[in-house]
Amino acid sequence: MSGHHEHIVNEPSEDEDIWQLRLYVAGQTPKSLTACANLNRICEEYLKGRYSVEVIDLLEKPQLAAGDQILAIPTLVRQLPAPVRKIIGDLSNTERVLVGLDLRHPEMPK
Amino acid sequence: MREKKETITQGLPRPSLAKTPTGIRGLDEIVQGGLPKGRVVLVAGGPGSGKTLLAMEFLVRGAIDYGEPGVFVAFEETVEELSCNFVSLGFNLEQLVQEGKLIIDYVHLDRSEMEATGEHNLDGLFVRLGYAIDSIGAKRVVLDTLEMLFAGLPNEGIVRAELQRLFRWLKTRGVTAIMTAERGNETLTRYGMEEYVSDCVITLDHRVHEQISTRRLHVLKYRGSTHGTNEYPFLIDEDGISVLPVTSMRLDHAVCTDRISTGIAGLDSMLGGKGIFRGSSVLLSGTAGMGKTTFAASFADGACRRGERVLYLPFEEAPQQIIRNMHAVGLDLAPWVQQGLLNLHAVRPTLYGLEMHLAKIHRLVEDFRPSLVIVDPVTNLIAAGTLAESEAMLARLIDWLKSQQISAVFTSLTPGGAALERSQVGISSLMDTWLMLTAIESSGERNRGIQIVKSRGMAHSNQIREFLIGDHGIELCDVYTGPMGVLTGAARFTQEAREEAERVLREQEIKHHRNQLKRKQAVLEAQIAALHAQFEAERSEIDLAIAQAQHLETTLASDRDEMGRLRHGDAASGPQQSEN
Repeated sequence: MSGHHEHIVNEPSEDEDIWQLRLYVAGQTPKSLTACANLNRICEEYLKGRYSVEVIDLLEKPQLAAGDQILAIPTLVRQLPAPVRKIIGDLSNTERVLVGLDLRHPEMPK
Repeated sequence: MREKKETITQGLPRPSLAKTPTGIRGLDEIVQGGLPKGRVVLVAGGPGSGKTLLAMEFLVRGAIDYGEPGVFVAFEETVEELSCNFVSLGFNLEQLVQEGKLIIDYVHLDRSEMEATGEHNLDGLFVRLGYAIDSIGAKRVVLDTLEMLFAGLPNEGIVRAELQRLFRWLKTRGVTAIMTAERGNETLTRYGMEEYVSDCVITLDHRVHEQISTRRLHVLKYRGSTHGTNEYPFLIDEDGISVLPVTSMRLDHAVCTDRISTGIAGLDSMLGGKGIFRGSSVLLSGTAGMGKTTFAASFADGACRRGERVLYLPFEEAPQQIIRNMHAVGLDLAPWVQQGLLNLHAVRPTLYGLEMHLAKIHRLVEDFRPSLVIVDPVTNLIAAGTLAESEAMLARLIDWLKSQQISAVFTSLTPGGAALERSQVGISSLMDTWLMLTAIESSGERNRGIQIVKSRGMAHSNQIREFLIGDHGIELCDVYTGPMGVLTGAARFTQEAREEAERVLREQEIKHHRNQLKRKQAVLEAQIAALHAQFEAERSEIDLAIAQAQHLETTLASDRDEMGRLRHGDAASGPQQSEN
């Protein structure tokens, strides 16, 4: 499992600020590669230093699909902060991703 | 070449469509064996029409009866809800899940938690389904219901394309799948799913007609197979679904020449002395209070005496009341109930529609396997539907009972004032034997008479017979059919008494004449004797006279000889020598 964690930021005092994200893909399709790239770009831009991303390939671990109720591929799941939110698609529309993740622009006051 | 052609043409109809039996009562008969194996079946219907149940029963029966594990993908209900709901229908889903015969995968879709941000597909569903199928080696799959996919996912176009891909994928997996879908306003399903599922489409319906609801099943399409095309009523009860098919669409059931007693000796003798044919149907019609139930109970009693099982369906009285009332006329039904030979199953006719009743009867008959079914009265059932409907349904029931060699007795109430035969015309043509109970009103009395309107295949009495319901059940009286017509009741008694008196009188007269004759003979004989005696006397006198005369002659002759000898006459001169 630990192999899927690409970034781990552990700052107990700022629990609320740690974003736990999971990206579900099925094989190395162009769509999933696009999604991975888009996610990394968005995270680096808006959540730098306070996020962790786990990429799960359902072809390797099909049993994990039921846990997060995954139907569409790719699906990004925001596990923390609560509530859980899901974003489906290859994340190419950055504006929609930000709305979906409920991510405010860093310049804007929280 | 020619031989080859023949083998091809012979071989063509052979490889028929492989089918997966559903195990659902009646449905397999309608689709002639089962659903198309390895294909996708669409089950469409409105809310509460039984789609989920039909789909789940398909999996459960498959897992239990046919050893085919199944996967249920639920978009609407959670695993807990499903297990709980199906316990009341007699399915223990949890046990099947534990035994590895069933997987229930609840797919939760919430549009509000979901944001679409570009290209995607439903590989997640494929992966989940594939994983579930592989983990138990599933042969059957259910997706319930497709609308939730459309409602829960943001892009309808993608869902459509992906579903099409899913159906193709399921076919390659070799599983038989059922998709359930909501009925649309003008289309079969709300999202037009029937366009994608082309192999077999079943619609379910839940209609209310005159405040009575009936569930119906219709096989709209079944590519590659013949199937029953009607709408069939079906029933959901504690054993799941049972569909009432038109049984055989043919009219070629085996017939039986075996005759069975009606339980009433007099009636048996009216029916050619042997009773009715086994497996035939009897209509007992009559106005109120004519004793239809008593007749029906006699039929039941007669069958139970032979050790046969009887299913008695009273629609007007409670079983206890029937047992009490019949006990009063000497028909003790209670022991038969205790021995399990008689099953009194009372249902309020208004409880559900006619088709439902008949579906229920179907199920009862299949469970109880009786040799006689009594419906008392069938008119109450007819009131639950339209006449045309009820005729069709009764025809199905009678047909089916006949094919099972089960005799049937239907009592029918003729409304007062109506022509006695008119009201039954609708169903009477279906019946083999029609017994009509009529009230004979005369000289201030109302008496009961029975006549056989028809009885197919046997010589039967043409008489209207009066019957009495006494302490020993039904007794048929000899009917007085004299020059004054049929007399019943007191009039019959009077007439019988009068006839008896006349008979006695005639007997006395005959005796008198006989005596006279005897006396005359005696006189004659006496006269003959007297004449005889007189004759004897006269004869003896004459005999005496003759004897005397003969004696005189001999004496005279001897005297003459003596005188001649004394005169010494010329002896040689001979006889010339005489006195003259």
